[in-house]
Amino acid sequence: MIEFRMPTLGADMEAGTLVEWLKKPGDAVTRGDIVAVVDTDKGAIEIEVFDSGVIDRQLIEPGQKTPVGTVLAMIRAPGEPAGALPEPAGAAPEPAPTRARISPAAKKAAEQLHVNLDSVEGHGPGGSITVADVERAASGGGTVPGTPDRAIGMRAAVGAAMARSKREIPHVYLSTTIDVSPTLTWLKAENARRPVTERLLPAVLFIKAVGRACAEVPDVNGFWTEHGFAPGPGVHVGCAIALRGGGLIAPALHDVNTKSLDIVGREFADLVMRARAGALRSSELSDATITVTNLGELGVESAYAVIYPPQVAIVGVGRIVERPWVVDGRVEPRSVVTVSVSADHRAVDGRGAGSFLTAIERALQAPNTL
Amino acid sequence: MSLAPVNRTTYREAVREAIREAIRRDPRVFLMGEDVGRYGGAYAVSKGLLAEFGPERIRDTPLSESAFVGAGIGAALGGARPIVEVMTVNFSLLALDQIVNNAATLRHMSGGQMSVPLVIRMATGAGRQLAAQHAHSLEGWFAHVPGLRIVVPATIEDARGMLWTALEDPDPVLMFEHQTLYNMEGELAENAGPVDIDRAAVRRPGRDVTLITYGATLFKTLAAAATLAGEGIEGEVIDLRTLRPLDMNTIFASVRKTRRVVVIDEGWRSGSLSAEILARVAESAFYDLDAPVARVCSAEVPIPYPRHLEDAAVPQSAAIVEAVRALMPAPVSR
Repeated sequence: MIEFRMPTLGADMEAGTLVEWLKKPGDAVTRGDIVAVVDTDKGAIEIEVFDSGVIDRQLIEPGQKTPVGTVLAMIRAPGEPAGALPEPAGAAPEPAPTRARISPAAKKAAEQLHVNLDSVEGHGPGGSITVADVERAASGGGTVPGTPDRAIGMRAAVGAAMARSKREIPHVYLSTTIDVSPTLTWLKAENARRPVTERLLPAVLFIKAVGRACAEVPDVNGFWTEHGFAPGPGVHVGCAIALRGGGLIAPALHDVNTKSLDIVGREFADLVMRARAGALRSSELSDATITVTNLGELGVESAYAVIYPPQVAIVGVGRIVERPWVVDGRVEPRSVVTVSVSADHRAVDGRGAGSFLTAIERALQAPNTL
Repeated sequence: MSLAPVNRTTYREAVREAIREAIRRDPRVFLMGEDVGRYGGAYAVSKGLLAEFGPERIRDTPLSESAFVGAGIGAALGGARPIVEVMTVNFSLLALDQIVNNAATLRHMSGGQMSVPLVIRMATGAGRQLAAQHAHSLEGWFAHVPGLRIVVPATIEDARGMLWTALEDPDPVLMFEHQTLYNMEGELAENAGPVDIDRAAVRRPGRDVTLITYGATLFKTLAAAATLAGEGIEGEVIDLRTLRPLDMNTIFASVRKTRRVVVIDEGWRSGSLSAEILARVAESAFYDLDAPVARVCSAEVPIPYPRHLEDAAVPQSAAIVEAVRALMPAPVSR
């Protein structure tokens, strides 16, 4: 019997309220299936299951506020008899390891489309992931709009996380101003040949550049744990998104370093839309390995952000402004942007954070390679 | 498509017409088997041929499959082009030694000096309440044997056209005619003639699932595909036509398109032709599959006599529809 627990959806979550079970006892579930909706301070989140099997019984009724880690339901492992009694101690056989059901063609398609299969929901036989599921994921579809609300709770949650960060994390701040004129020229030409729906936002270039830089300087990509720095399992860039009606959320774009600009662009648009509609997935909220906050929209020239624990770095992007700039010995009007990094000094030194910043600059200035 | 006039005919008449054409065109061709002459054939295929061609070309034989198949092999070795009719596939087992140990091996064992240009026709399959001693589908067994070519005409056109091409083959060809097809009526072009016996045919194009079958099950599969089309599932139906050698290119091309495959085979599942086809799909088209391979075969029982049990034992359209539905993705509601 597998215990399905209330997941933690970020450092600031202590409890969630079960809104709805989307599966009932007797239903088969496959790793990645969405089984429940949980209301948190950050909105209603679809909760994925991390094991496959059959739901045996549900221990929590909708409406109950439940601390993180509480067992919500028991899941029978494949082959386990219904209503099995707890096995006698010492004699319990290890449940067979379950693996996600992914069709061979879907696997191939995921590689070609740079889709992270962990975040794809399967609709094939037995809940398997099919080509159609992958293609849907690649095009950013597959979600239901939920209901936005609850600004007050979110304010408290953001406050708690930031207080903890400032209390515990020795921040080191670095910044540099980058000439992005060639980048914008490239972007303009690129967008001119794209249909309107596929045009790229400068924000996507920044996110992608950060993803690239994380791959070059992995010291900033990961988590601070009780055992020290743990590198992230991938480059999952959290994107700070301001919610209409107040509040802030930073869901992750997965595997940004290995995905094309197009995919990152589509996924970013989808993520913003879903974040604002309150339809994020639990994995998106809990597994960012670094965060980017882009305050340029607001007219802010530079931003020095507070790290979202347990991550070890956050990148702040300011507004793109025209400034007199010295190029090849002459003063020219250029478009420049100030990019900062706040890093956890326990995990990385100024030198490492500086290399990371330089890597972002290099990546931004070669947009055609992003 | 041919613009020639078409005639209404039956599968039985098409096979008979093929035999008549062969006997007329080639003096080396003759028909031999139990009751093919005076009785007109157990399934009335050769009715009237004795009167038309005489006892040299239409030869009744004693009730010994081993003897008359062996005689056919000898005649073929001697330069004739015999068509040997075996009443049913069940009875062909009495001639298994002749077919497998002699007909199939002589070219190889003589270092290419001898060939056996023999055609053996036999009835196969269930559906006419002929019970377990007359109704099995053992063509898949013969498809196991190197040295034989196995053809299965499902359509009237193939019933009319496969025999001549088989007689042209320098090696033994076994032709399986499903018992339930003889009365099948349909149209045939007046100028219909020989057809190839190398390639499978796509009998219905579709994008969602490949349905591979042969013989009489083709029509149950086409009926299933029509039902599925009503649900928005487009099945591509492949008639194998030749079971050995298998035309895998046609199968692979289809599977690469549809990504799903079901084999429908009236043979039993264990160690069957369906297993062979699906193994080859898994070997060569694995990365194109979007769902597990699937099959619909006969129940692993001797074919029963009572109608309802016989129907339950062999693949039916409903089971094919079910098998396909199980492969299709769940509707995405979000």
